[in-house]
Amino acid sequence: MYSYSEFDEAFVRTRVAQFTHQVERRIDGSLTEEEFRPLRLMNGLYLQLHAYMLRVAIPYGTLNPRQMRQLAHIAQTWDKGYGHFTTRQNIQFNWPKLSDVPKMLSALADVGMHAIQTSGNCVRNVTADHFAAAAADEIEDPRPYAELLRQWSTDHPEFQFLPRKFKIAITGAAQDRAVTAAHDIGLRIVKNDAGETGFQVLVGGGLGRTPMVAMTVRDFLPVEDLLPYVEAVLSVYNTLGRRDNKYKARIKITLHETGKEEITRMIEARFAELRPLFGGNDQALLADIRAAFAPPAFRNAPVEAYDAFYKADPVFRAWADTNLAKHRNDQYAIVTISLKAHGQTPGDATADQMRVMADLAERYGHNELRVSHEQNVILPHVHKSDLPAVHAALMQAGLGTANVGLISDIIACPGMDYCALATARAIPVAQEIATRFDALKLEHDVGPLKIKISGCINACGHHHVGHIGILGLDRAGVENYQITLGGDGTEDAVIGERAGPGFAYDEIVPAIERIVLAYLDLREGPEETFLQAYRRVGLPPFKAALYPGEGNRDAA
Amino acid sequence: MARFTPKVVTANALIEGDVIYLTADDRWTRLHHEAELIEDEAHAQLRLLHAMAQKSVAVGAYLADAKAGPNGPEPTHFREVFRTRGPSNYFLGKQAELV
Ligand code: HEM
Ligand code: SF4
Repeated sequence: MYSYSEFDEAFVRTRVAQFTHQVERRIDGSLTEEEFRPLRLMNGLYLQLHAYMLRVAIPYGTLNPRQMRQLAHIAQTWDKGYGHFTTRQNIQFNWPKLSDVPKMLSALADVGMHAIQTSGNCVRNVTADHFAAAAADEIEDPRPYAELLRQWSTDHPEFQFLPRKFKIAITGAAQDRAVTAAHDIGLRIVKNDAGETGFQVLVGGGLGRTPMVAMTVRDFLPVEDLLPYVEAVLSVYNTLGRRDNKYKARIKITLHETGKEEITRMIEARFAELRPLFGGNDQALLADIRAAFAPPAFRNAPVEAYDAFYKADPVFRAWADTNLAKHRNDQYAIVTISLKAHGQTPGDATADQMRVMADLAERYGHNELRVSHEQNVILPHVHKSDLPAVHAALMQAGLGTANVGLISDIIACPGMDYCALATARAIPVAQEIATRFDALKLEHDVGPLKIKISGCINACGHHHVGHIGILGLDRAGVENYQITLGGDGTEDAVIGERAGPGFAYDEIVPAIERIVLAYLDLREGPEETFLQAYRRVGLPPFKAALYPGEGNRDAA
Repeated sequence: MARFTPKVVTANALIEGDVIYLTADDRWTRLHHEAELIEDEAHAQLRLLHAMAQKSVAVGAYLADAKAGPNGPEPTHFREVFRTRGPSNYFLGKQAELV
């Protein structure tokens, strides 16, 4: 796995030292909050409803066991024993004391981690397909490019004060598991007619209050042009992006206001200027990075034990059917560890659970862990013969839930249980939906269904691209939940449609249940998923289920 | 003229980040019902200025709606109710610390 260079190490340590002094000066009163706030945000430290929150970057979602153990240590020593994995492949600690944050950052630096550029109007943590380098449908591992982008964008002097935050996602597979179309820049590795590898470049995706699916500005960008091209996009955005209105400052609005043709022309013109300035150092660096991402030494061993176990044990079989994905090596599987036990907080793991996952990665997983934007943890390379042992260990740690991709595998942002911007709670809604469908024993029958919940219009919980999206609002001092249907975050990205008036807190779970029961009634068979059924029949039958009686009124 | 909705001054503590309220005798308390219930707009502004001046204790002071209750001021908006308790997914924060 890639390890930080000496330069990175020195940079991170210097930043920790600077921030340590800044915290001291804030505490002794020499810095006011107005002065300190931008400094703490640059280091991932927010002030939320009940406490501070430290957001730590997990670049392209990749962690080694040592890093995972350090996260456990931090959670236990300076927080309340758990961490929250987020849709942006970060981890958030919800209870740090201001005076402890320098120690936490220093502990992170010990394992090559930090919280730099996890906030503010800069290029944020570059996210990637969590199945990278393991997925059977992948053209190339996207992470070396993500790492190149990380190094290039970290502390980049021109891009520290962009009009607004800037998010890049990258995938190397045909199936888009990185929601690239909802990012400021989405990169998809593709092959051209000549069989060469390059990128399809998407620009201007984003969720928030004005959700937009990104547009393709380049169908094929040769691999070696990545940095000059991304720099050209940022440079055009930096000039054109609106700084007068925070709500119009994202590149999606710039693209919309400038027009795709014009912005593409400007990007290409800037690219023509920049390209000659990249003298090939980036390519030398890329070659080094690639070498560090060499695949693990896969074992060659029989898999019969797995097959036998699969036949014999129904609990294992249920888990294998939902939580395993196809690995490029037939003897291996990709394991998704569900952080969605029914009734628990989506994305939360205790320090003990983090340690169990680290141990499993070390013993059975070639020392690799991934964090997915769906708030689960992945062991990307597990030999099939080891799966029964992995499953047994996960069950013991409360991590064996067989629900990946099902109705209880919900994305939920922290909402009003933690977030100062929230207009309603998100976590308890997720907990109750999961508990309800577990009680109904319908989850496996319903099949693939993505529910995503945000606690305000900022859409951190990706509700716009949920098959069922739930947005929590404050309507005259009462929590109210709006439902969107038919959203999709994959390569066919679609923003969901609003179903109608919102529901009170105690009405939202029954409302979701009505939608799901309506789906079970109208689907053509178990092989027609919720999303396929929605695409076939559209909103009306779901609306009728959501608002019974209203149709009658119309008819009267 | 619209009647003034009573307020309390609230903020987060600088070191812990915990929710705090300004009392009538110029202390900061972690308990909502010990806060000063302010019923006059001009006085509210003065108290807020006083709170904002205490830069080494309180962060992000603001006025939150409240009403009189049997044991002292009570929050009216659900956000402020949550702030008196802590998160609903774990028994942590004030609800755990103040029992
Ligand atoms: C302190 C807590 C947080 C704050 C203050 C915050 C703030 C925001 C804001 C203001 C936006 C809207 C940006 C825009 O429309 O321009 C946003 C979007 C977003 N945030 Fe958060 N957020 C927080 C926590 C989270 C968490 C926990 C996650 C991951 C679960 C997350 C992931 C995202 C994502 C995916 C988006 C939408 C994508 C986009 O940028 O368009 N955020 N956030
Ligand atoms: S969607 Fe809103 S409530 Fe949820 S984390 Fe983002 S800003 Fe907070």
